[in-house]
Amino acid sequence: MHVLAQEQLRLDAGPVDYLLLALYFAFVLGIGLLARRSVSSSLDFFLSGRSLPAWVTGLAFIAANLGAVEIIGMSANGAQYGMPTMHYFWVGAIPAMLFLGVVMMPFYYGSKVRSVPEFMLRRFGKAAHLVNAISFAVAQLLIAGVNLFLLASIVNVLLGWPLWVSVIIAALIVLSYTGLGGLSAAIYNEVLQFFVIVAALLPLTVVGMIKVGGWSGLVDKISAQYGANELSAWPGNELTGFGSNFLSVLGIVFGLGFVLAFGYWTTNFVEVQRAMASKSMSAAQRTPIIGAFPKMLIPFLVIIPGMIAGASVQEMMALKQTGESNVEYNDALLLLMRDLLPNGILGIALAGLLASFMAGMAANLSSFNTVFTYDIWQAYIVRNRPDSYYLSMGRWVTVGSTVVAIGTAFIASGYSNLMDYLQQLFSLFNAPLFATFILGMFWKRMTPAAGWSGLVFGTAASLSVFLMAETGVLELPGQGASFVGAGAAFVVDIVVSVVVSLATRPKPAAELVGLVYGLTPKEDRTASNTGEDAGWYRRPALLAGIALVIVVVLNIIFG
Amino acid sequence: MSASNENGSRGGQRAGVFDVRQVIAALFVLYGLVCTLMGLFGTSSREIEQAAGVNINLWSGIGMLVFAGAFILWGWLRPIIVPTESDTESS
Repeated sequence: MHVLAQEQLRLDAGPVDYLLLALYFAFVLGIGLLARRSVSSSLDFFLSGRSLPAWVTGLAFIAANLGAVEIIGMSANGAQYGMPTMHYFWVGAIPAMLFLGVVMMPFYYGSKVRSVPEFMLRRFGKAAHLVNAISFAVAQLLIAGVNLFLLASIVNVLLGWPLWVSVIIAALIVLSYTGLGGLSAAIYNEVLQFFVIVAALLPLTVVGMIKVGGWSGLVDKISAQYGANELSAWPGNELTGFGSNFLSVLGIVFGLGFVLAFGYWTTNFVEVQRAMASKSMSAAQRTPIIGAFPKMLIPFLVIIPGMIAGASVQEMMALKQTGESNVEYNDALLLLMRDLLPNGILGIALAGLLASFMAGMAANLSSFNTVFTYDIWQAYIVRNRPDSYYLSMGRWVTVGSTVVAIGTAFIASGYSNLMDYLQQLFSLFNAPLFATFILGMFWKRMTPAAGWSGLVFGTAASLSVFLMAETGVLELPGQGASFVGAGAAFVVDIVVSVVVSLATRPKPAAELVGLVYGLTPKEDRTASNTGEDAGWYRRPALLAGIALVIVVVLNIIFG
Repeated sequence: MSASNENGSRGGQRAGVFDVRQVIAALFVLYGLVCTLMGLFGTSSREIEQAAGVNINLWSGIGMLVFAGAFILWGWLRPIIVPTESDTESS
């Protein structure tokens, strides 16, 4: 287990900082209690009664993903690799989010399924459903462990409590509000967390920028110390581990931008659940599109501070130059906070970090309990009980999954760069899923047997790439292995699905209405544009177009 | 923190009747006040020097108060309208 270098990282928190932290926790629990009053059925608990406005679900969509991985992992990547890390946002998120909103959301929201695995059930039947539900549930528990571990290590640094005590206390806080208020509590807290995270990172970035002498100061320092590679996003060889520029660009565009990102954003129920909780088709479509706008700007608050830490914090500079130091890249943000922030804003920065880790973990728990309760328990184990049974079941599942996450937190602690670890998980679970979904949504001939076999063989393909990279058969440093694994999973899944489909019998067309593009009437796929959905600024396709243009411009400026 | 408007708590189908904007505004009013006061009275010159010469407490405190004000204004201009009959399809 990684033991943080205590004296170096211990932040000089004073009474005011603890007051600000305590205030934050009071609000978090208060939202849990307020949300509990509105929970009266399992649909309220698991999908917020499908009643939330788009800006709330849109911000929650981003905040659910703005967990420890993003804040700590991306600032670590920023310190280590520099600008190429931007790809995780501009190539690896935005296009996929827009695609989800414009193309896929009509099927998710329109078919009124309660989860992504339930869509699999309706489209491909039980085998694919079970594979998807179980692999998703396992992935969520592992990722919840990562978030929990990072949350606990912050508490450990701040208060000096033993790591296992911090793990358990942090788990109890998340459990208390997700168990009380269900998805509403998680979503409302995610919106609050989003703003607290921004309030934490914005001052840090501003002060950091002034400290290094503005943008030109940062550029000078980094190019003098580490070379200009870290200042332009393309071709990003350091990040992918490919020697050739062409392969590197290909890896980023196809591996990260297409397979990994589309797999993650369009089929991951953690994200899709937020959109499913919104109040109309138009709002559901707008959820990821509205989220795309803040998502574009988050790297400036996460990667830039990481780069500033790499260029100005003593220990980080030693780590980058000699590779030997008693700190890790994951500590970049904490070290910068220690160096720059006075008491007061330091308390808010700490609240922001804790907020982000709790957001991530709460999102994992709230999507896990939905899938476990609806797709595993209700579908296969205890059927046909009254709704109140499943509501209380959901609460108990939350408790159980928290206990398991405490266990997986200790698995996560074995990896030094958490981003690598998570990319591995995503490529194992999500890349084949996306291939199956996209084929299933647009090709009505695809059969139930193809649904599950594609998933199984796709996952096996990325698993073997993962094992080859671990054992040294494939030489790919950086995150290239997960890009290759994702690509392999996608290709294998498509090939297997097509071959199996041609050899087996498809479902009758009547059962696929609302699930497959060609068989769904256009009016069922189109959001209304009257009443609360009226106005050009609420049209999903137009908003998505604006977002796309901005992201292209960003890539040109920082390319 | 304020549970919003005139909706009361009847009709169990209404998830999300309280206005999250007011909750966010309330937290940021408190945060803004604490930071502004710290910036005015509680930040030593050593700390200011450490933060590249910026009194970051004061500036972020003011920023948070402005943000909170904007959210209060938004909630006031566009209150949540709770429909009397909700059309969710659950039992």
